[in-house]
Formats: sequence, structure tokens, C-alpha cells
Amino acid sequence: MTETNAVATAGAGSGGDADVLLQVENLVKYFPVSSRGLFQEKLYVHAVEGVSLSVRRGQTFGIVGETGSGKSTLARCVARLYDITSGRVIFDGQDITKLSQRRMRPLRREIQMIFQDPIGSLNPRRRVGSIIGDPFAIHGTASGAERKRRVQELMERVGLNPEHYNRFPAEFSGGQRQRIGVARALAFQPKLIICDEPVSALDVSIQAQVINLLADLQSEFGLTYIFIAHDLSVVRHVSNTVGVMYLGKLTEVAPSEELFTVPRHPYTGALLSAVPVPDPDQSDERQQIILVGDVPSPILPPSGCRFHPRCPKAAPVCVSTDPPLEPRLGDGPQHTAACHLPMAAGENLGDFHPSIDETERIIETPSILLDGDEDGGVPGATSVGGSLSQSGEGSQS
Amino acid sequence: MTRFLIRRIAQSVLVLICSSIAVFLLFFVGPGPDQVARAFAGRLGNAQRLAQIKHELHLDQPLYVQYGHWIWNALQGNLGYDYYKGEPVVSAIAAAAPATISLVIGAAIIWIAYGVWSGIFSAIHPRSVADRSFTAAALFFYSMPTFVLGLSLIWVFAYQGSKFTTFFPFHGYVSITQNPGKWFEYLILPWFTLALVTAATYTRLTRSSMLEVLGEDYIRTARSKGMSDRRVNLRHALRAALTPVVTQAGLDIGTALGGVIITEQIFGIPGLGWTAVQAITFQDLPVIMGIVMVAATFVVTANLIVDILYAVLDPRVRY
Amino acid sequence: MSMVPDITATEASASGAAVVSEVSAAKKIEGRSPWRLAYERLRSDRAAKIAFGTIVVVILLALFAPVIAALIGHGPNQQFIDIGENANGGPVPPGGTFWFGTDSSGRDLFIRTLYGARVSLVVGVLATGISVALGVVFGLAAGYIGGIVDSLIARMIDVMLSVPFLLIGISIAYIVGASEWLVIVIVGVLSFTALGRIVRGQVISLKQKEYIEAARALGAGPWRIMFVDLLPNVMAQVIVYASLLIPLAIVTEAAFSFLGVGVPPPTADWGAMISDAAGYYQYGYWWYLFFPSLALLITTLAFNIFGDSVRDALDPRGGGLYV
Repeated sequence: MTETNAVATAGAGSGGDADVLLQVENLVKYFPVSSRGLFQEKLYVHAVEGVSLSVRRGQTFGIVGETGSGKSTLARCVARLYDITSGRVIFDGQDITKLSQRRMRPLRREIQMIFQDPIGSLNPRRRVGSIIGDPFAIHGTASGAERKRRVQELMERVGLNPEHYNRFPAEFSGGQRQRIGVARALAFQPKLIICDEPVSALDVSIQAQVINLLADLQSEFGLTYIFIAHDLSVVRHVSNTVGVMYLGKLTEVAPSEELFTVPRHPYTGALLSAVPVPDPDQSDERQQIILVGDVPSPILPPSGCRFHPRCPKAAPVCVSTDPPLEPRLGDGPQHTAACHLPMAAGENLGDFHPSIDETERIIETPSILLDGDEDGGVPGATSVGGSLSQSGEGSQS
Repeated sequence: MTRFLIRRIAQSVLVLICSSIAVFLLFFVGPGPDQVARAFAGRLGNAQRLAQIKHELHLDQPLYVQYGHWIWNALQGNLGYDYYKGEPVVSAIAAAAPATISLVIGAAIIWIAYGVWSGIFSAIHPRSVADRSFTAAALFFYSMPTFVLGLSLIWVFAYQGSKFTTFFPFHGYVSITQNPGKWFEYLILPWFTLALVTAATYTRLTRSSMLEVLGEDYIRTARSKGMSDRRVNLRHALRAALTPVVTQAGLDIGTALGGVIITEQIFGIPGLGWTAVQAITFQDLPVIMGIVMVAATFVVTANLIVDILYAVLDPRVRY
Repeated sequence: MSMVPDITATEASASGAAVVSEVSAAKKIEGRSPWRLAYERLRSDRAAKIAFGTIVVVILLALFAPVIAALIGHGPNQQFIDIGENANGGPVPPGGTFWFGTDSSGRDLFIRTLYGARVSLVVGVLATGISVALGVVFGLAAGYIGGIVDSLIARMIDVMLSVPFLLIGISIAYIVGASEWLVIVIVGVLSFTALGRIVRGQVISLKQKEYIEAARALGAGPWRIMFVDLLPNVMAQVIVYASLLIPLAIVTEAAFSFLGVGVPPPTADWGAMISDAAGYYQYGYWWYLFFPSLALLITTLAFNIFGDSVRDALDPRGGGLYV
């Protein structure tokens, strides 16, 4: 079902394979939908549909996408919190795709996660020192006074007062709670830290602090990050390479600056046009691309290119064939896009009109969703910017 | 809906089967075949009789065969033979059941009526003197064990009252078919004993349920539409608030039918509980097992009815 | 450098300063844990204080019963045939020598009532302990592990709830022979089901929380997650239920004794005393029934009121632990 995509790489220059810390090949993750009857066909949520990427040591791979794009699911699959439907995940040369949870345990010291919700990711009934000390307790590396000392070291390192060792999470602010999460993830100086929207739930001023903290830690400990967010400006700031996800697939991958200056995929173009620009004159001049329709349901994804129902440039080939993720329009191997009709430099999406029938653009809502279990969403014009550039938007992907 | 029904009934049957296995293992197997035979023979056994019983009950055969026999008989309505009293267990149970049913149903009417009414009243007039009194009374009666309450009531009404009237007999039971008047007399005190203790939980349950519903937005809407308080309370709030109460009542009645041992014991009412206790004293195994299974059936059936009613009333529940 | 270094020096120090001021602000606010808040709420509840005081008195009386008995000079099982029984062989009313009168065997009712508290409290607390242990373990396992384990445990609980366990308990006690430990075990096993269900329900809703996911991401095994992460979050419910289970256990134990299958005589036990008194009080020997019943009632009432207050202190509506 998925063609072999050119592997998206992070980092400038192409080094040897030993430099690649994480390699994901055609990762697929489906969730079964509980069916209403014994005899109805099984439906699946196509959360991740054939994603391939590789992350080099010491670099940051940013992933951006709307709610429902599958980015959080991807993160959890890489961290092996979920079982993988198909595909491979190779970490530091080792294939971890099918490892049992028991065999994964020692590897958990090397792959860590920082979660989005500072309130939800910390157990409200446990003291902070105990929470940060969890890794040591679980893996039995330090105990008693030694553990306390190391926890307090960590607290200091992330900017917390080590004397608050015995406090409960509720006694900290949002930014501080996120630092607790960072401290916990940092305990073993893991090789890879997956940050699942770590700053989305924070005030803008606090976001900067946490991001800077992550940057400092990366240079100090040589960490590798996968950084997931829905805020483009944040991703741009922190990443070497950025991947854009839509409905479970990567639509474009490029080095950070290139993506923002020369986007190839129309979806990327629409996203960029929605990012608020500080200069009011500049903001007036540019044209916002407004995509019609809603993100389709991942249970019944559209045929061919999944973006075709909303794409201003949609053509019949887009309905029939799923475009592979490859370099387009003469780009280098680092910049890939999955599009039949990529944007050339300076192209204005507003000038285009889709050349396919209106009926092709109507998305059928699966009947299972009509029974009131899920919110079908309000049809009609939706500004893409609405769901992306606001901070604080919870991610459900 | 049908799927739900089938699933639910299958679940009930499964529980009954597991219960029967548990009961069987506990009583039939636990003591060992010799003990069992002796128990079955009651106090009248001699060696020869024991051997005969052993054979009759297939005690010398493998377990699953014994179980099979027992279940097969049970399903046909034969719960064994009470060697001690010399009658089939089923008739012993059938003789005892009406007493228990009279006791439980009568008490249920009282406790539901009182509990619900006081709960509603408390909810409508929160923190009033009446509310506090009801809550205090509920707490008081809830903390009182049945036998203490029963004996106290007997003392107050039967003993002291006997100086004024003979209305309150305190021991025994008269079937309704024999003499309805006496039937009522003999059951008044037991009814109130059972009802007061149980009503306590119902007052609190109705009160909190009603308070919760009254706080809902749609009640506020009805009021702001100009509906009178009385109408709002009775028609809208009550219906929603009563569901947990009804479920609880169903479950309680089901459990109670299985034997209100202490109340029957105190008042000398020869119901299922009393019969069971007698059987235990005489180590009359078949009767014990029979009553336990009957009680379990009552409970499971009550649970089933309650769940179905719930699903009928609240379509969200069906799974 | 992987992160684009466009943070100027001033920004860096500003963010650093913000961190420091945040930290010191937190220091000034005296942090109070959720348990502390509940405790303070409990302390201001007058009914709770009275109930708690009563419980303490009962415990003290029970503890010092032997001392009091020694002081007065009457043992709990000591039969005073001459002064303890009247002409017909019945009990003697309350008076100078016997503060509560005597029972049918001429024993000091006051002393026996005190000793009865020992049995009730011990059985009540230990049986509740067993219920809590069973309920928590089964509830955690059923809720977190789910699947087959859950189905099995759920079926088992269903069976236990359907079968009249009281009857069975009585039968077992009769067949095997009554003893204090047997009563404790039976009452404990009888009562754990409701707690198990509550814990299971809580665990199922907590399972989805992100901090559980975080624990798994750290490599924690299921047992660690159950007991280190989940248990503290269900403790509040468990405590509420346990405080209501104690009076229930006390009453059930009394019921067992009442029916003759509780602690064996001649140990002083309220249920047994009440049962015996039932045969006497119609002849006017009211004190024999009155005092043990009063003791039982007061103890149960105190525990119930205290349990209610504990629940109110921990209740979400009152702005409790689940803020």
C-alpha cells in the first residue's frame, strides 16, 4: 500500500550510518474501532500510514501537524508505548519494533518522553522528588540518600529549587511542572528525547524559558530530540529538520529554513500563510490561504493524495495516485515532498483552482461516526490558521 | 436491545452456574463423603443407613458425576431430600417462602415509602429542621443492628404495650390465607424492624440523588419558564432522581428474599432464613444447599430485572 | 549548535530572572498537600470531633478493661453466685456492687460490657483490614490488568454477591467450629466486594491518565504502576469506605455472636450477651439487654458519624482532594 519513500533525514550533510540514531521505516499504526455489531466489517483508525524518517545524533527533528495528523501516535510508536501494526523502528542500530515490554526496559533509559500536559503527566498524589526519582527506582540504579542527591542535582539543572523536593505538583506553576517533566526525562541522560508538544499548554512567555532550557540541555548533554508541536514558529526555532504531517502521512520534509522559505507542498504553503506576522503592513499585503472543509476522518481517509479534497491545486492524478515522498522540482535529497503538483518558488496558491469535480471533494463521513459517538464537525470553510497557530490548543493526534 | 438482553441473561445464567458449583464444592465436597452422608442422614443414621445414603447420593462416584446429578435434579425441581424432617427439600422451602415474602414485601413497601418521601422532603427543604431530623434519624437507625432494634421494639410494644393491648404479638406467624387480620398483627413489628434499618439508607440516597437532579440546568430552565415548584419537583426532578433508588430497591429486595435471618429469628417467623438456621443447627445439608441456591436465584433474578429496567429507562446504558 | 542561537544575552538573563522570581514566589506560598487540606477540614467539623472522642473513649475503655476489672475486683468471667444472683437465679439489678447489674450467670455486667468492646474493636478493625487488603488488590488487578483477569475477578465478585454469604458464613462457622479468627476472616471476606468494585472503577478511569503513560515510558512494570502510581490516587476512596466498613464489621460480628456462631463463650461479647438477654428481659431484667445494646449502638454510631465526616472531608463537592 505504501511505496518506498525516500527516507527523510535530519541534519546538514550526509554522514555515515553510525550517525543515525533513529530510523523509522514505513511505520503503520492502526487502531481498531469498536464495531457496532458482530457482522459489520471491522473499521480502523489509520493513525499513522507509512511514515519513514531518520534522525541523526545531536540533532532536532521537528514534526508539525494539525490535530488528528498522527504526530502524537507516531511519537508513542517510536517510544514503543504502542505496538506497531507494521513497519520498523531502528534505534541506535537495533530493531526495536517487536521487542516485548520486558526487553524494552533497559532501552527505556535511552529513549524518553516529555509530555504535553504539565498537569496530567505528573501524578498529583506523589511528591516531586519521588516523581523525578522514579527512573532511579525503576531501574534500581540509586537509592536512599544517593537518589535524593541525584534528584536534587537534576532539579537544579532544570532551574527548580532543590529544596522543593517534598512538594506536590499542584504547588508548582505550569512552567515549573514542565521542568519537572524534563528533569524526570533527563535522569539517565537518554540518547533520544521525544517531546510531545512540550510547550503547547504554557503561556507564551514561559514557552521561551522551557525551550531555552531544552536547548541548553541539548548542547550540554549531546541530546537528540524529536520535537512535536502544532505551532510553526516554535518548531522553526528549535529544529534542524522539519516534517509536516497530514492524516497520518508525512507530506513534506526539509531542513528547517528551507521549509519555511521554499515550501513545496500546498499544505505547507497554507500553513505558512496562516502564521501571524508581527508587521501589520506585511500582514495586510499577504494573502491568507483558506482551506475549505475539515480534516477528514482517519477511519476512511481519502483516496490517492489525502489532501486532495482541500487542495487548491487538486487534479485528477491527485485523486487516483498517492504521491511518494521524494525531492521535487530539483531539490536536494534533504528536501522531499509528497505532491504531484508541488509549489514553485514564488507561487501564489490563491491563484489556483482545483481541476477536479466538486463531488470528489466531498468527504463521506463513515456511518460509525454518525451515531453520535464522535463530533462530526461543522462543514464549511475553516481557516487552517485557526487550529494551528493558537497556542494552548490540545493535541489529539 | 436484543443483543443486550441475550448478553445479560447469559451473564446471569453463568453466575448461577458458578454459584451452584461453589455451593456444591463447599457443602458437598468440603466435609468429605462420610461427613456428608452423616449430615444427610441427620441424627438418625446408623452404619447401614449411611451406606445406603452414600450410594443414593452417588458419593462414591467422581465429583462431576455427583454435581451432574445434583444439578439435573435441581433443574427438575428436586432439590434433594430432607432426611431429617422426612420431606423433600422443595416442600420445606415452599412452606417457608410465603413467610419470607410477606415479611420482605411488606417491609419494602414501608421502607421505600418512608425513605423516598423523607428523602424528597429533605432535598426540597435542605438544612431545615426537618431535614436535619431526618438525617439524624437515618444515621441513628442505620447504626442500629437489626436485632437490637427488634428486641427494643418488642420490649416497648409487646411487653409494655401488653399491659394496654394485646395487639402486638411478638412471636410467630400466621399465614394470610388463614387469617388476614392476625397475619397483619404478627407482621407489624417485624416489618418495622426491617424497614427502619433499611429506610435509613434510602433517605440518604433519595436525598442526595434528588439534590443532584435539582441542581441540574434543565430544572432551572423549567422553573424559569414559570412552572410551579410542585410541578417541577414532582414531574421532572423526581423521575430522574428515582432511578438509582429503584435500582437499589430491586437489589435490596432480591437480597432480602434470600433470607432475613436475624429478623425471622427474633420474631420466630418460619421463613427461609429461619429454616436455614434450623438446618444449620441440625446440620441438615440438603436444606441448606437448597435455600442457598434459591436465595442466589432471587438475587440474580433481581439483578437481571433491575438491569433490564435500567436499560429500558435509559437507552444509553445498553451495551 | 542545533538550536538556532538567536537568544540575546539580555533575553537569557531575563528568562533566568523570571525563573528565579517564579521559584521564590512559590517558596513564599506555604504549600499544603491535599491530605493536609482534608485533615484541616475534618478538624473543624464538630460532629466529627465528638464522634472521634467517643471512639477514643471506647478504645481506652477496652484497653484498660483488665485494669478496671482488677481495680473493682470483679473478673469478666467471674460468677458471683451468692451476691450476683437473686432468689430465682436471675440477674441482679444495677447497684453499688454491680454498676450495670449482673447477667444471667451472675457475672458483673459492667466489666463484661467493657470486655465486649475488646472483641468488637479487634474483630471490626482486623476484619476491615482484610477487606481493604483484598478489595485493593483485586480492584487494582482487575482495573489495571483488565482482560481475562478482570473478567474472572468480576465473575467471582458477582458470585459472591449473589450467594447469601451470611448464611454460608454461618454454616462454615457451625461446621468448622466458631472462633475469633474464623469470624474475622469470614467478615473480612464478606465485605471486600463493594470496595473491590469501587477501586476497580477508579483504576479504570485513572488508567488513561498521562502520568500512567509516563510511568510506562520510564519502564515501570504493572505492579509498580499499580502500587506506586495508582494506589495513592484511590486511597481517598478506600479510606472513606474503610471508615464505614468498621462499624459494619462490628455489627456483623455481633450478629454472628447473636446467632451463636461468633466468639465462643465464655468470652464477653455484646452480641452473645444480647442474645442471652433476649430470654430474660420479658421478666423485667431490662438491664441485661440495655447496657450491651447501648454500648453497641454508641460504638457503631460514633464510627458511622466519623466515617461520614471523613467522607465529607475528602469529598470532591466540598472542594476536597479531587480539585
